[in-house]
Amino acid sequence: MGSSPETEHPVKALGYAARDSSGVLSPINFSRRETGDEDVRFKVLYCGVCHSDLHSVKNDWLNAKYPMIPGHEIVGVVTEVGSKVKKVKVGDKVGVGCMVGSCRSCDQCDADQEQYCSNLVQTYNSHADVTYGGYSDHMVCNEHFIISWPENLPLDGGAPLLCAGITVYSPMRYYGLDKPGMHVGVVGLGGLGHVGVMFLKAFGVKVTVISTNPNKKEEAVGKLGADSFLVSRDQQQMQAAVGTMDGIIDTVSADHPLTPLISLLKPNGKLVLVGAPTKPHELPAFPLLFGRKLVGGSLIGGIKETQEMIDFAAKHKITAAIELIPIDYINTAMERLQKSDVRYRFVIDVANTLKST
Amino acid sequence: MHNSLKHNWRYTMTTSPESEHPIKAYGYAARDTSGSLSPLTFSRRATGEKDVRFKVLYCGICHSDLHLIKNDWGFTKYPVTPGHEIVGVVTEVGSKVEKFKIGEIVGVGYLVGSCRSCQNCVSDYEQYCPTYVSTSGFTYFDGTQTYGGYSDHMVSDEHFVLRWPENLPLDAGAPLLCAGITTYSPLRYYGLDKPGMKVGVVGLGGLGHVAVKMAKAFGAEVTVFSTSTAKKQEAIEGLKADHFINSKDEQQMQAARGTLDGFIDTVSAIHPISPLLSTLTTNGKLILLGIPEKPLELSAASLVLGRKTVAGSNVGGIKETQEMLDFAAEHGITADVEVIPIDYVNTAMERLLKSDVKYRFVIDVANSLKAE
Repeated sequence: MGSSPETEHPVKALGYAARDSSGVLSPINFSRRETGDEDVRFKVLYCGVCHSDLHSVKNDWLNAKYPMIPGHEIVGVVTEVGSKVKKVKVGDKVGVGCMVGSCRSCDQCDADQEQYCSNLVQTYNSHADVTYGGYSDHMVCNEHFIISWPENLPLDGGAPLLCAGITVYSPMRYYGLDKPGMHVGVVGLGGLGHVGVMFLKAFGVKVTVISTNPNKKEEAVGKLGADSFLVSRDQQQMQAAVGTMDGIIDTVSADHPLTPLISLLKPNGKLVLVGAPTKPHELPAFPLLFGRKLVGGSLIGGIKETQEMIDFAAKHKITAAIELIPIDYINTAMERLQKSDVRYRFVIDVANTLKST
Repeated sequence: MHNSLKHNWRYTMTTSPESEHPIKAYGYAARDTSGSLSPLTFSRRATGEKDVRFKVLYCGICHSDLHLIKNDWGFTKYPVTPGHEIVGVVTEVGSKVEKFKIGEIVGVGYLVGSCRSCQNCVSDYEQYCPTYVSTSGFTYFDGTQTYGGYSDHMVSDEHFVLRWPENLPLDAGAPLLCAGITTYSPLRYYGLDKPGMKVGVVGLGGLGHVAVKMAKAFGAEVTVFSTSTAKKQEAIEGLKADHFINSKDEQQMQAARGTLDGFIDTVSAIHPISPLLSTLTTNGKLILLGIPEKPLELSAASLVLGRKTVAGSNVGGIKETQEMLDFAAEHGITADVEVIPIDYVNTAMERLLKSDVKYRFVIDVANSLKAE
């Protein structure tokens, strides 16, 4: 108990942290380890604000350790590499997402699915090791968990892909909803949903956005390229779409019924949950049996496929729609995020606005 | 309610069961929601060019028969003759029938019709055709009600008739036509048929006991879960399951966490699925085969953390039903049956309601059903 965040490691660091479940963030002096043989040290340029950051700082999941420095959509420039590092060199642009460590030897790690490792170390608020995320001036991370940043991918617009992007990309591939000509629905047009639409279109898939908010239609169809838009509270529209979709990516983390979504699926259709509401869903067995439908979950993606996703995004010019903010706007940003008042991700311009006090 | 069940309400009111078709038939039918079965004289169509007509020898009693006769699902039209695990001997074939001849042993399961042209039919998944017709209680393409295997004979389109393998017992094999295919199909479709896979089964009844046998035949390591420790001996010695877990025992359930590739859930009562999902390893699959009356509770986190799926399955297509029968014959798989005369059927239904059967009743139709 003798050390504090400021003294526990040898290298000084600066960031913004929540101190309690009010979730209010304020400057913090802390420290990071030295650059080990396999480590990459980088100055943080941008960090996306994920809805999970909001849940975490407010202790919604009852696992918060304070002070908590969130941020797991981090893009930066390498300042130092350990002697054994091969992937990147000083001056390279890199990204770090939701993971900074895993056991590297279990079945899941061997299958490049580190996110399912039972000894996963998350980028911030990890249970075993104390970790601090990207709302900070710099980071140091094991080479394995570093993403190489493609030349032509914008740093600010690309940062949210490190969580939002991989979270939708991974299940599209795993559940086979990435084939040209398929029809896939996306429920919820927020950070995850809007990126989901873009990836599906890049796969050649026909996309229907499903939302409770009719005002999002223009955005969905006009700006993001969705083929159609369904208002989920409109019985007639929903009825007309019954049995038309090969799959649905459900990004909604508020409580909502699954039964109407299941009815939109064709036989053998797949409803994929990537949001996790706090209350349990009602799951009707009948339509699953008589249409051989499934409901599946998915959690981010492995490092290998995160790199694949970033390269895919660069090739297809996919970036998130963002609102760039200075770090001292973060508390207002969190309040607006709580009300879904952002199109569609805040990204903190860390390098230009986080200054030591 | 699913469209394929709702569309069968085009019931003709101008003819009676006895007069609507040219060929006399007799069987047992329920007349009302008491579900009490009694003799019924009805009629069947003449043998069309593609039809196979056969004398019924045996018919298995499926729990769905009980739901049907009591109108638990709300679409039953009375009188209704259940029975969709039917084995018989061919007595007549239509002029264009190529696959069967008189004297052959055949089977008919849950399906007697489908559109034959939609994506599902073309892919040999007739059971997912939006207009499939089931063997009992559904409306056939001629607008008349289908009558199932608790009857003296049947006539069915050749496509939906199964060839009975030489060495497969007729009585103990009959239940495979529903229970067998219902467990075989998802084990294959969801990839749980690879040797060495770890598969759980919950609910040791008609479906469950066959699921254990099918999974074992695929080379899986099978764990039976039950709330009743009394079933352990049956599971291990009778059905050759590898392990048995008392699902009420916290320690045993804890030890089983994250160990199974798949879980076959045959339970039709409402029950919690979170404990079952927790036994799955990453990418594991929970397959629901029972139909509880009310929705189950699903926590999204239990699927997201571990990329798990919960899915359903219903019977199987004709091609895979044939494949399943051949597989069963090759591996010596039959149901555990209690053969009964048809006049025992009401008692059998009462016992079935209490799960008092190891594990399927099969009606010895040919020897006990007589015309009045």
